[in-house]
Amino acid sequence: MHIMEGFLPAFWCAVWYALSLPFLIYGAWQIKKVFREHPEQKLVLAVSGAFIFVLSSLKLPSVTGSSSHPTGTGLSAILFGFTITSVLAAIVLVFQALLLAHGGITTLGADIFSMGIAGPFVGYYVFKFMRKLKVGLGPTAFTAAVLADWATYLVTSLQLALAYPGDSLLNAYMVFAGVFALTQIPIAIGEGILIWIFFDFLSKSRPKLLKQLLGEKSE
Amino acid sequence: MQDIHKYLLALLVVVLLFALPFVVNPTAEFGGADGAGSEAIQKQQPDYEPWYTPFWQPPPETESMLFALQAAIGGLIIGYFIGHEMACQEHKGK
Repeated sequence: MHIMEGFLPAFWCAVWYALSLPFLIYGAWQIKKVFREHPEQKLVLAVSGAFIFVLSSLKLPSVTGSSSHPTGTGLSAILFGFTITSVLAAIVLVFQALLLAHGGITTLGADIFSMGIAGPFVGYYVFKFMRKLKVGLGPTAFTAAVLADWATYLVTSLQLALAYPGDSLLNAYMVFAGVFALTQIPIAIGEGILIWIFFDFLSKSRPKLLKQLLGEKSE
Repeated sequence: MQDIHKYLLALLVVVLLFALPFVVNPTAEFGGADGAGSEAIQKQQPDYEPWYTPFWQPPPETESMLFALQAAIGGLIIGYFIGHEMACQEHKGK
């Protein structure tokens, strides 16, 4: 997700940077821990980042007649939690801000917060909650990925509404959510299917590793 | 049903999902929603001037190249992993 460069007032740039920074620092520390203590998870961590790389590079057409980016963060959120995901998303967002003029340096904090933290946070807890209800792995991964994507754009709408409330925050929210929320639904579903496919593959090729990854976090 | 068939079927659904917009909405321009977001800002607050502009903007050709490069890097890693797993399984089977 990208709010365009310069389109957030300086105050809000600072707020979202400040809110994102602790997650990034903790996430970087956690990645270091994975590398040190669980080198067998490195490859899966790389693949989770790769999903964010591929999916967030695509602009997909939606039935509403506009295009938008999937986020690709669902897989990493489920497997590694939202702090590690914030670092992976930040790498992609920096790449796009510096090389593609997509998003920007001033809006980077806000974009990391929506795509790297808020969306994955929702995905992670949806996954945990549905597993507790004993829903199967496939449908759970699908739902978590869809909602991680969708939540990202709802938070972006909120970020824009807070910066440009006009007469009423609620009306402003409806305006921005009107741009993003509907367009994003089929894109989120498509993303959910892709992540479900990979998750299913992973559950068969590395059942033990998957159990380890998911089990560690339920403690 | 074999897994590979299940996956192919699911991929077909994804392709149809993203082909559908062109059938439902053939005249639409499919502009980026992020651009539409900036337009909505200017409707909310018409006097807003972006206070910072990207210091470098790639020409369109370079931009699509870099987007493709980004996808390629990700695709390479995913492909490597899937190949790695398949080879491991095959090895175990022998």
